[in-house]
Amino acid sequence: MNILLNQNKELSLKERFLNLNFLFIFIIVILASIGCLTLYSVAGGKLAPWAANQAIRFAMGFVIMLTAALISPEFYYKIATPFYLFALLLLIVVDAAGHIGMGAQRWINLGFFNLQPSELMKIAIVLQLAKYFSIVPLENIRTIKGLIIPAILVAVPVAFIMIQPDLGTSLMILFCAIAMFYLAGVQWWKFAIAAGGIIAAMPVLWHFLHDYQKNRILTFLDPERDPLNTGYHIIQAKIALGSGGLWGKGFLSGTQSHLRFLPEPHTDFIFTTFSEEFGMMGGAFILFLNLILITYGYWFAFRIHNANYFGKMVILGLNTNYFLYVFINIAMVTGLLPVVGIPLPLISYGGTVILTVMTSFGIMLSFYANRDRELK
Amino acid sequence: MKKSNHKLRYLLKRSLIMFSINIFLLFVLLARLYFLQIYQGEKYALLADSNRISRRLIAPPRGTINDRNGIELAVNNQNFQAMIIPEQSRQINEQLKELAEVLALKENDLKRIEKDIANHRRFVPVKIKDNLSWQEVATLMINSNRYPGLVIDEGLIRSYPYKQYTAHPLGYVGTVSEKDLQQSDSPLLQVPGFKIGKFGFEKTYDKTLRGEAGSQTYEINAYGRIMREMEKRDGIKGIDLDLTIDIRLQQKAFDAFANESGAAVVLDVHTGEILAFVSAPSFDPNLFVDGISVANWRTLMDDEKNPLTDKAVSGQYSPGSTFKIVVALAALEAGVINTKTTSFCSGKMQLGNHLFHCWKHNGHGHLNVIEAIKHSCDIFFYETALKLGIEKIAAMSRKLGLGQTYDIGLENQKKGVIPDKKWKQETLKQPWQQGETVIAGIGQGYVLVTPLQLVTMLARVVNGGYEITPTFIKKDIASHPKKLDIKPENLEIVKQGMFEVVNGIGGTATRARLKLKGIQMGGKTGTTQVRRISLKERAQGIRRDEDLPWKWRNHAWFMAYAPHDAPRYAVAVIVEHGRSGSAVAAPIASKILEEALKLDIR
Repeated sequence: MNILLNQNKELSLKERFLNLNFLFIFIIVILASIGCLTLYSVAGGKLAPWAANQAIRFAMGFVIMLTAALISPEFYYKIATPFYLFALLLLIVVDAAGHIGMGAQRWINLGFFNLQPSELMKIAIVLQLAKYFSIVPLENIRTIKGLIIPAILVAVPVAFIMIQPDLGTSLMILFCAIAMFYLAGVQWWKFAIAAGGIIAAMPVLWHFLHDYQKNRILTFLDPERDPLNTGYHIIQAKIALGSGGLWGKGFLSGTQSHLRFLPEPHTDFIFTTFSEEFGMMGGAFILFLNLILITYGYWFAFRIHNANYFGKMVILGLNTNYFLYVFINIAMVTGLLPVVGIPLPLISYGGTVILTVMTSFGIMLSFYANRDRELK
Repeated sequence: MKKSNHKLRYLLKRSLIMFSINIFLLFVLLARLYFLQIYQGEKYALLADSNRISRRLIAPPRGTINDRNGIELAVNNQNFQAMIIPEQSRQINEQLKELAEVLALKENDLKRIEKDIANHRRFVPVKIKDNLSWQEVATLMINSNRYPGLVIDEGLIRSYPYKQYTAHPLGYVGTVSEKDLQQSDSPLLQVPGFKIGKFGFEKTYDKTLRGEAGSQTYEINAYGRIMREMEKRDGIKGIDLDLTIDIRLQQKAFDAFANESGAAVVLDVHTGEILAFVSAPSFDPNLFVDGISVANWRTLMDDEKNPLTDKAVSGQYSPGSTFKIVVALAALEAGVINTKTTSFCSGKMQLGNHLFHCWKHNGHGHLNVIEAIKHSCDIFFYETALKLGIEKIAAMSRKLGLGQTYDIGLENQKKGVIPDKKWKQETLKQPWQQGETVIAGIGQGYVLVTPLQLVTMLARVVNGGYEITPTFIKKDIASHPKKLDIKPENLEIVKQGMFEVVNGIGGTATRARLKLKGIQMGGKTGTTQVRRISLKERAQGIRRDEDLPWKWRNHAWFMAYAPHDAPRYAVAVIVEHGRSGSAVAAPIASKILEEALKLDIR
C-alpha cells in the first residue's frame, strides 16, 4: 500500500474521467452497435422504425452512464435507503393504479418516457442490500435474526412486482438478492432449506400463477404441446437459430425474422435474429463480449479498495443483475428456460433496459474510478 | 478490523465461486448454440425452408391429338381468366358491380365471388370469370386503371375444333373427381383446374397425353403472402397422339348420316388402319370440358338416338344378310358347296314343322352361290347353313374377326355374339336346335356383331385373306399381317358375289354404284328385324316398315369395298331403324367410299 497516496482525497472530475475503464466502455458500445445493426436488419435494411431510435436511446444511456460514473461513490451510499423507499413507493402507486381500474400497468407515464418502477428497484435493492450488509457484522449476518430485515427488504418489492404481474423481473430481483446474501456470507444450508421450502410450496404457488404464466411453463416443458400458440414462439426461435448454422445466412438474409415466422424478432428474441444471420460464430461472439463485461465486473469488485465493502457489494450485485439478464434471455430463446419476457440488454429494442443497465454500468465505473480511495 | 477482514474474505472467496458459476453458465449457452446450430443445424435449416418455401405445381400442356395428316383434333387453347386481388382493390363492391356489367356476370357468379373473397386472405386472387373472349380481355386491359387489383391470368384449356365429328372416338377431358383422386396419387390431379381424360382416347391415353408437371416455388412469409418468385420449372408437354383417321373423310362420313342414327367404320384393307370412325348422332365434347350444364346433359340423355353411345364398337346388331358372306365362304372352304351347287328357292322352306321364308315371297328359282349373294336369297343360305352346321359357321366367323374385341384403345367395345353349341349350353343352358342353324345362315338369331367387327371381316375377305386387325395408331414398322388359311379362289367367289350385288343386273344395291368413272365397288346389304314377325301378321300381310314407329323399324346394314379390282378401302355402315340396307345404308357407304377414293388416302 502506497503510504504517499492520500487515500481519502476526493478526485477531480478529470482524474475520475481518466480513471474510467475505456475497454469496458468500448465493449458496451460494440454490443449496442450489434443491437442497432440487428434492428436495422429486422426492419428490412432500414433505420426506421427501430435502429435509429435505439441509437438515440443508447446515446442518452451513454450520457447517463458517464454522469453516473463521474458522481462520487459516497453519493450512492447516501441515497441507497431513500432511493429504495422511493422505488418501493412508485411500485405501490403503479400497483394501486392497476387495481383502481387502469388495467395492468407496469409503468408510470412521464410524458417523454415510461418509467418502470420495477427497473428502478433492480438498482435500488442492490444499493440497499449492499448498505445493509456493509453495516451489519458477519456474526449477525450468519444468524437467522440477522436475515429478517434483508429478507423483508427483498420480499416486499418482489411481491409487489409479482402481482403486477411480472414474473421475470421479480425472479430476477430474487436471484440477484440471493446472490448478494451468498456473497455476504450466509451459510449454504440456509439456501438449501429455502430452496427446499420453495419446492415444497410449488403446488401452492402454481395455484397463484396466471394462466398465461402457467402456459409458459408448460410450453417450456413441452413446446410441441401447442405449436400454434404458446409453443409457436419457441419452436420458431429454435428454427431461426438452428438454421443459422455455423456462419449464418448473412446480414439482412435471415428468413425466419424477415418473413415474420419469428415472433418479437426485435425485442426479446433478437438474439435468435442475430444468430440466424451470423450463425453460431455470431452468437458465440455476443457471449464472448458479455463474458468480458462480466469478468470486468468481478475485476472491478476485486480491484477497488478493500475498505470499500459497500462498493464491492454494489458492483457484484449490479454485475450479477446484468449476468442474469444475459443468461436468462439467451437460455430462454434457445429453449433452456421458459419464456419469461426478459430482454437481452444493450441489444434488444427498448429504452427501459438501456436505462437500467447503463445506470448500473455508470455506478460500477464510479466505484472503479475511485478504486484507490478509502471511502468515508 | 479483524471482523471486517473476515467478511471481506467471504466476499472475495464467494465472488470467485460465483464468477466460476457465471463462466460455466455462459459455456452452457455456448454448448446449447453448438447443439442447435451445428449438431441439429441441418434439421432446422430444412424446417426453415419448409416454413418459407411454397411449391405450386404447374399443369403441363396436354399432348395434342392429330389426324393422319397432322391436323389437330384436340388442342390446347389459351384461356384468359379474370381474377381480383381483394387487398389491392379499392371499394371492391363497386368494382364487382361494374365488372358484372362488363363481363355479364350472373347473380350466382357474384355470390360465389363474394363467398370466395370472404373465405380467403385478402391477398389471395379470386377468380371472377374464365374463358374470357378477346373482346372482354381487351376491354379489361384498356380500363385496367379503373380496376385496381384486377389480374388477367393466362391458362390453357382443352378444345376440340371438330366438335361432334370427333367426339367418338376422341372423347373429352373433364374436371378431376373424388373418384379420380382416390385412384391416382399423382400430385398433378391436385392442381386447381387440372383436367383429366374422362372418355374415349382422352381417357385411354390420359397418362401419355398428360405430360409432366412443372413447378413454381415461391418464398412466402408467415401469413402465406408471396414475397418473391424463386425457381420456375416449366412442365413437359404430353406426348402427342397421332391417329390414322383422316378428318376430311371423317367429316364426310359423319355428314352422310344427316339425321339418321348409326355408325360407320372405314378401314384400309391392307393395314387395318381406321380411316374414319363415325357414330351418329354425336355431341359437342367441348361442353364437357368445363363441366356440362344440367340442361345439356338432360338433352343428351333423353335423346332416343343415344348420342353418347359409341355405336361403332358398343352397338351390337344382328348382321343380317351381310353374314351370308361368312356362311358362303365357310361352305366353300368346307367343300359342301361350289360354284356349280344350286338351290331352288320357292320362297319358303320346311324344316320339321317349321316354315322358313325367303324375303322374296315368290322365290328366286334356281341359283348358285354368286347369284344367291347377288339376290341375297335366304333359302339358299338356309340350306347351305344346314349342310354346314353351326360349328363351321362359328369357326369361319372367328377366323374373319367376329366375336372379339380389338386393342384400339376404346374401353366400351362389345364382343358381339358368335353362337355355337357350347356357347348356347353355357349361356342359356339349352341344347342347340337345328332351326337356329338355319336362321344363323342369314345372320339372324343369336348372332351379334359390331360395325367395327363387320368391316374387319370384310377387309380380311377382300384383301386376299390377310389377318389384318383394326388400329387407330399408325404402326411405324410395316408388320405384314398373317395370311389366313382360306383358298384365294373361294375369296374370289364371294367377292364376285359382292360385285354382282352392286353392279349386276337385279343386284340388291345397284343404286349404290360409285359415281366415279372407272372405279367399281362391291358390297353386301343387310336388313335386320328389330321385332319378330308373328304368323298372324304374316297371314294378314306384313306391315310396311315405313308405317311402323321409328324404334320398331328394321336396322339397315351395308358393307362395301372399293375398288373392286384391287380393294383399298372397306366400310361398314349401320343405320339404326333405317328400314332397308339397300335404300338407306348403301348410299351412305358409297358416298364414304367415293370420298375415300377421291382423297386417295395412303
